[in-house]
Amino acid sequence: MKADPKNVLVGSHYLDGNHACAEGAIAAGCKFFGGYPITPSTEIAERVSRRFPLVGGVFVQMEDELASMGAILGAAWGGVKSMTCTSGPGFSLMMENFGLGIMLETPCVLVNVQRGGPSTGLPTLPGQADMMQARWGSHGDYEVIALAPDSPQESFELVIHAFNLSEKYRMPVLVMTDECVGHMTEKVIIPPAEEIELVERNYTDKKPGEAWPYEDTKNLLSPLLPVGKGYKFHVTGLTHDQRGYPIINDEAQEWNVRRLIDKVTKNVDDIVWLEEKDVEGAEIVVMAYGITSRVVQPAIAKAKKDGIKIGMIKMVTVWPFPEKRVKELADKVKALIMVEMNYGQVFLEMDRCVAGKCQTYFVGHAGGTVHNPEDVYKTIKEAVK
Amino acid sequence: MITEVAQQKQEHPMEKLLRMDRIPHIWCPTCGIGTTVTALAVALEQLELDLDNVAVVSGIGCTGRVAGYMKLDSFHTTHGRAIPFAFGLHVARPDMKVIVFSGDGDLISIGGNHFIHTARRNVDITVICVNNFIYAMTGGQVAPTTPLTAKSSTSPYGNYEHPFNLPLLAASSGAVYVARWTALHIRRLTTAFKEAISKRGFSFVEVIAPCSTLYARLNKLGDGLDLMKFYHDNSIIKHGADPKDIDIEYQSKITVGKFVDIEKPTFLDCLNNRNKEVFGDKYKIYGGGNGHNRD
Ligand SMILES: Cc1ncc(C[n+]2csc(CCOP(=O)(O)OP(=O)(O)O)c2C)c(N)n1
Ligand code: SF4
Ligand SMILES: [Mg+2]
Repeated sequence: MKADPKNVLVGSHYLDGNHACAEGAIAAGCKFFGGYPITPSTEIAERVSRRFPLVGGVFVQMEDELASMGAILGAAWGGVKSMTCTSGPGFSLMMENFGLGIMLETPCVLVNVQRGGPSTGLPTLPGQADMMQARWGSHGDYEVIALAPDSPQESFELVIHAFNLSEKYRMPVLVMTDECVGHMTEKVIIPPAEEIELVERNYTDKKPGEAWPYEDTKNLLSPLLPVGKGYKFHVTGLTHDQRGYPIINDEAQEWNVRRLIDKVTKNVDDIVWLEEKDVEGAEIVVMAYGITSRVVQPAIAKAKKDGIKIGMIKMVTVWPFPEKRVKELADKVKALIMVEMNYGQVFLEMDRCVAGKCQTYFVGHAGGTVHNPEDVYKTIKEAVK
Repeated sequence: MITEVAQQKQEHPMEKLLRMDRIPHIWCPTCGIGTTVTALAVALEQLELDLDNVAVVSGIGCTGRVAGYMKLDSFHTTHGRAIPFAFGLHVARPDMKVIVFSGDGDLISIGGNHFIHTARRNVDITVICVNNFIYAMTGGQVAPTTPLTAKSSTSPYGNYEHPFNLPLLAASSGAVYVARWTALHIRRLTTAFKEAISKRGFSFVEVIAPCSTLYARLNKLGDGLDLMKFYHDNSIIKHGADPKDIDIEYQSKITVGKFVDIEKPTFLDCLNNRNKEVFGDKYKIYGGGNGHNRD
C-alpha cells in the first residue's frame, strides 16, 4: 500500500529529528497520538498537535505516560495507527503497558528520545543508556524490535519503517533516538506519497465465530480481528491460548511466551538491518548505532589513513541483536569495537556473541555529550597493537 | 416435555451476552460482581443495541475479570489502566459504546488519575465501578474506599484513612451522569446502566457490592444473604442528593440514587467545535479513525 498523499509533506525541508519523527508518523498514516510532555521529546508532540487537525488525526495530551501508552493500545485495537513519544522517566512509566502491547500483540510505535539518566538525569543532553531498558524494561520474557536513527532524515524514514514492522509483526516497535538527533536540524527530503510503501493492517478474512485473535498460524503472525464487526473476541494480558482466553498453567505459558519470542527470532533475517562499510577483509570492525554511528566516522577515517584495515557496522536495528553477523565476524576479525553513549549495554550482547573468538573493546561514557572521536581512535590503535 | 426442559437448561438466558465456553466463572458464591454483570447484560438487551458495537474494557481484580466473561469485543488490560485504553478505543471508534467495568481499587486507587481526567474531558464512555470496599483479588487489603474503622488484611486494627466518596469525585471531576446503587437494587441498577450507556459523555455508576469472602469475613458481617439484608435495611433512595452529603461510613446508611444527569459537550464535540472554529471548511469533522464520519 502507498502512503496517502494528504499525509505527506512532500519536499525538501530543514527539520530537526523530532519534527522529522512527527512527519514520519503522519506520512505513515498515524491517526492517534497520546503523549505527555518531556524534554527532549516534546517537539514531536507539539508538531503532531499542530498538524493533526487537518490530516484527520487526534492528538491528546494525556494525563501521564501510563495513560499515553494505554491509550495508544486502545486506539490500535480500535483500528487506527497510533504512536506515543517520550524520554527517560516517561519511558520507565510506559513499561508496564508496553508489556501489555507485547502480550496483546498490538501494532503501535513508541519513540524514545534518549537523554542522560538515571532518574531525572540530564533532561537536555543526550544519552543512549535506555537500550537495555528497551530490551528488558517490562517484566517477563519477550522480544522487541528497536530502531536507532542517526539523523533527521533517518528519523523520518525509520518512524515509517517502525509502523510497517509493527503492522507486520503485530507488536509495539521502539524508535530509540536521542537528544542529539532529536534537536539537530538538517535537510530532510520527504518523497512523494507514491514512493512511501506502507504495510496495511492484516485483518482476518475469516468470518465471526471462525476466527481467534492468536491463531497459531505457521509464521506466528496471526491476523488481527477488527472491533465492531461481530467477532466479539477477548484479549487479555494474562497468559492465554489462541482464543485469547486466560489459561493459568505452565503449558499455556510456554505456548504464549514462545510465540512472542519466536515471531521475532524466526524472522530476524527480515528484521535485522545493518549498514556495513569496508567490513570484508577488515581487521577491526567498529559497531555503533544512532548518533554515535556518525561520531565514530572521523576516527575510522583517521585509522584508515594510518593503513589500518578497518570497517564499520551501523546498526539501524539494535534489537533483535544481529547475533548471526557478529558470530560470523568474530571468526574473521582481530577485534570488534562497540561505541555507545552509556557504560556498556549493547556491548554486552556483542561480547556474548563473540564468546572469546576475537578481541572486544568498548568505548563509552555516561552521556551528556557525544563521544570525542579521539577516544574512539585511541581504542582502534590499541586494538591493532 | 423432557426435551423441552433439557433445551431450557442448555440455553442460559444470558447466552447472548456471556461467553458460555468460559463458565464456570471464578467468582465466589454470593459475590456481588455476578449480579452486576447480569444487570448490565439485561440493560444491553433492553436497550436493543447492536451488540457488535459494544466493547467492554476491564482492569485487574475480581471485577476486572468481567471483560473475560462478556460476549462482546472485550479487553482485559493492566491494573488501573482500563480507562486510558478505553479512551483510545473510543477515539478510534466513536461509533461504538465503550464500557469500562472494574473495581474500586483499580479505578480509583491506581487508576485514579485516569478516572478524574477522563471525567474532566467528558469522554463519551461509561464507567461501572464495583465498590466492595476492598482489594478483593489480592486477598482483602485496604482500599481508598474502605470505610473508617473497617478491617482488611492490611488494616488489621481498623482503617484510619479517610475514604473517597466516589460520586462526589466523579461529579466534581466533570461526569455528566452519576449514580450509585447496591447489588440488591437490580432493577434500578439496570435502569441506571441503560441511562448511563445512553448518555452522551462520561457516565459513572458506582455499585456497592458484597464481597462475602473477604470484606464480610474480615469484618464479621455474616454471609451473602446478611449483606443483602443489610443493604435492604440501610439503603436510602435519594435522587438528586448532593454528592457532598453521601459519604459512606462503616456499616452506615447508604444513600443511593441518581445524583447527576446533565448535558455538556463531549471530548470529541469540543475537539470538533474548536477545530471547526479555527479552520473552517478546511476542517473535516472527526468521526473516527476509520473514516466513520458523523454528520
Ligand atoms: C501494577 C499492579 N499492581 C498490583 C497488582 C495486584 N493487584 C491485582 S488486583 C488488585 C486490587 C484489585 O482491587 P479492586 O480493583 O477493588 O478489584 P476487586 O478485586 O476488589 O474486584 C491488585 C492490587 C497488579 N495486578 N498490578
Ligand atoms: S473474593 Fe470477594 S470480590 Fe472476589 S469473587 Fe470472591 S466475593 Fe467476589
Ligand atoms: Mg474492590
